[in-house]
Amino acid sequence: MKIRYFAWMKRTVGVPEEEVTPPAGIDTVGDLVVWLRSRSSGHAEALAEGAAFGAAVDQRTATFDVKLAGAREVAFFPPFTGG
Amino acid sequence: MSVRVQEADFDIGAELSRLTDGNRRIGGLAVFVGLVREMHVREGYHRDRVDALTLEHYPGMTETALQEIEAEANRRWPLEATLIVHRYGRMEPGERIVLVAVGSPHREAAFEACEFLVDWLKTKAPFWKLEDTPKGEQWVGAHQEDDAAAARWEKK
Repeated sequence: MKIRYFAWMKRTVGVPEEEVTPPAGIDTVGDLVVWLRSRSSGHAEALAEGAAFGAAVDQRTATFDVKLAGAREVAFFPPFTGG
Repeated sequence: MSVRVQEADFDIGAELSRLTDGNRRIGGLAVFVGLVREMHVREGYHRDRVDALTLEHYPGMTETALQEIEAEANRRWPLEATLIVHRYGRMEPGERIVLVAVGSPHREAAFEACEFLVDWLKTKAPFWKLEDTPKGEQWVGAHQEDDAAAARWEKK
């Protein structure tokens, strides 16, 4: 699946997007966050516990308990500041 | 109903004419235009100069989110015309960022729906502001006041 990062998270992780294949047992957005932290120190910092960020699964806002089954794209981003 | 996300500036007069031309049921048109400010007010008192603003967004999700917000406004109020134009990319103080226009037979619905659209797009559409300041680049943090403004419209 494709993982995308936005705003400061993109800079902290170091890439705007990446293709990953999570192992069996990574079922929810929350599971994915924990697994992604191990990829690099940038990932660990951007996706740290307590950091203020949200997620979207296939371009729809998703809470961490949302299932990943069949997801093609998961995005992580800071709170929105448009308008 | 119409939503656009674009890098280019927009012409307010031309946009409003296009929105209302040919619809004689519209009695009131409420309009909000967001501009780039030359200073950022932090913590209510401290001010930093802002030389430019860069708006990043999530292409695809942004359009969907704005369309959903627009559809929600049309469910809640009897509206004849709605328009959201939101820019992305680099903008300098004084430049237009966003245009929200709402036409309705009566002004109350137009005013309320316009305010609703602005409050919700600030907190529900995937845009992020990066400020260019004398201290360097700074990501704008989410404001509690914006969350409170958006929460006013949550259905009890």
